[in-house]
Amino acid sequence: MTTNSVTSSATGPNKGVSRQAIFVGILLAVGLIAPFAVYPVFLMKGLCFALFAAAFNLLLGYVGLLSFGHAMFFGWSAYITAHAAKEWGLTPEIAVLLGTFCAAGMGAVVGWLAIRRQGIYFAMITLALAQLMYFVALQAPFTHGEDGIQGVPRGHLFGVIDLSDTLNMYYFVFGVFALALFFLYRVVNSPFGQVLKAIRDNEPRAISLGYQVDRYKLIAFIISAALSGTAGSVKSLVFQLASLTDVHWHASGEVVLMTLLGGVGTIFGPTAGAYLVVTIQNYFATLGSWVTIIQGVIFVICVLAFRAGIVGVLRPFLKKRGIEA
Amino acid sequence: MMTLFGIPTAALFGQLLLGLINGAFYAVLSLGLALIFGLLNIINFSHGAQYMMGAFVAWLGLTYMGANYWVALALAPLVVAAIGIVLERTMLSRLYKLDHLYGLLLTFGLALIIEGIFRQLYGISGIPYAVPKELAGGWNLGFMYLPIYRAWVVIASLVLCVGTWLLIEKTKLGAYLRAATENPALVQAMGINVPIMITLTYGFGVALAAFAGVLAAPIYSVNPLMGSNLIIVVFAVVVIGGMGSIMGSIVTGFMLGLLEGLTKVIYPEAASTVIFMVMVVVLLIKPAGLFGKGA
Repeated sequence: MTTNSVTSSATGPNKGVSRQAIFVGILLAVGLIAPFAVYPVFLMKGLCFALFAAAFNLLLGYVGLLSFGHAMFFGWSAYITAHAAKEWGLTPEIAVLLGTFCAAGMGAVVGWLAIRRQGIYFAMITLALAQLMYFVALQAPFTHGEDGIQGVPRGHLFGVIDLSDTLNMYYFVFGVFALALFFLYRVVNSPFGQVLKAIRDNEPRAISLGYQVDRYKLIAFIISAALSGTAGSVKSLVFQLASLTDVHWHASGEVVLMTLLGGVGTIFGPTAGAYLVVTIQNYFATLGSWVTIIQGVIFVICVLAFRAGIVGVLRPFLKKRGIEA
Repeated sequence: MMTLFGIPTAALFGQLLLGLINGAFYAVLSLGLALIFGLLNIINFSHGAQYMMGAFVAWLGLTYMGANYWVALALAPLVVAAIGIVLERTMLSRLYKLDHLYGLLLTFGLALIIEGIFRQLYGISGIPYAVPKELAGGWNLGFMYLPIYRAWVVIASLVLCVGTWLLIEKTKLGAYLRAATENPALVQAMGINVPIMITLTYGFGVALAAFAGVLAAPIYSVNPLMGSNLIIVVFAVVVIGGMGSIMGSIVTGFMLGLLEGLTKVIYPEAASTVIFMVMVVVLLIKPAGLFGKGA
């Protein structure tokens, strides 16, 4: 995905710092007051998918790797967190951490296998491995097959804060999301992130400069998988459910769509894309297969005519005002 | 009851035959994918949807126009190929200068649209399609019962695969195709119309998928989801075989089908995952694929 790479030339945005801070401050404020204006469960669903898409975007947008199997991290972490919270009675923060670590472990294995091939093969390998994990989830007894793990208790955060209260749950999800997004922002803008972009733009050159390209790709893959796992873990607590839907290849396709629609290689693009896609799902949920058809149409339009995505289009405008989106 | 390695022969050979049929579909589909990839540098994600369309065109033809199986076998590939060619001309052709991944994303979107439309119209429970009466019945071979239609599917797919291989390796047209796969600009400079070749290759690959769909219709019911379930396995087959060689795709497809059938007998729990596990092993030992060249 090198074509719409946005060259964020690493000049320190000295002048922009305050404006950037204001911009981020406004977004944070919107996030904090949103549950008083909008149905909180919808907001939380959006945040989970936004985190998922942001994690996915680290690979597609900054390393140029298209993974078509990220649902395995998302869905499997949901299972693990759900199982840990329900059967072992772990507190939510431990259950989420456990899901995240398991996703990181899976990411290490899958990434190690998949980065042996590039481009289209990488996409096919990740898709095939995700399908493998889908069948494992279908057959493993602890996932309860078609029923999924139902009635997952949200529990008490740190043993104190009751997450069955919707507002508490919302702020927990929002906190996790904000922290993760900040972490991703730091990763992308670190020297490590610069090497990732170099690999994306010209891999042979990065190799000739002496970078251990495969090692960088693998680390990026693990981070991406781990945060996808966090998203899935949190989602299983929000909906108190872990099901096959989240490991299915449709979920892998959806996260690609969210990222593409919002803007590949942008910080806030995946969030915008995630909320749009989730909104579409909610509006057309009763109309059967129309959701699939509409998603397909958006895919086609994005690829043919809207490759920069929403935030990608707004970006030059914001950049002039010293805001990095 | 006869047994072999402690397994009743009827069950063993029955599953092996089913595996061979699946293998035939893997071979035909991965062959089409490899052809399209060679010339267009695009992985055609809608290949599964086009396979499904082949089956549906056959069923629609039978239901609304009384077109029998043999007519469908000839017409469905043409109809689906025509639709494919329109998609290639209007959409895919705009992407050739971009990153190859966009082709994957576009065809994924198209697959979602096609699948969604058929699901909306016909549900997901599947529609039966009768075996043509010329091929109904079966032979008792002593160690197993062989339904004639299943034997026909294996033979027809083999003929199709070998025919395609001969077309590409032994004819002048195939030579142009191979040359254009290596270096399209040079072939164009020699006065050969490469864009038309690209379009026709896409159409041909899609026609192969639709043909497989018609073959599949009497075995599996006609179902909007039949393609998407299959295409992911075919991707694994393609990774295992590598897309460098036509014969490689054919051989890999049949062998993996057989392996899957064998697994169903020996350890049924792993039947749905065995091909993916083989892919993992191949990635570890020979990342370029069994018949692949380079990355």
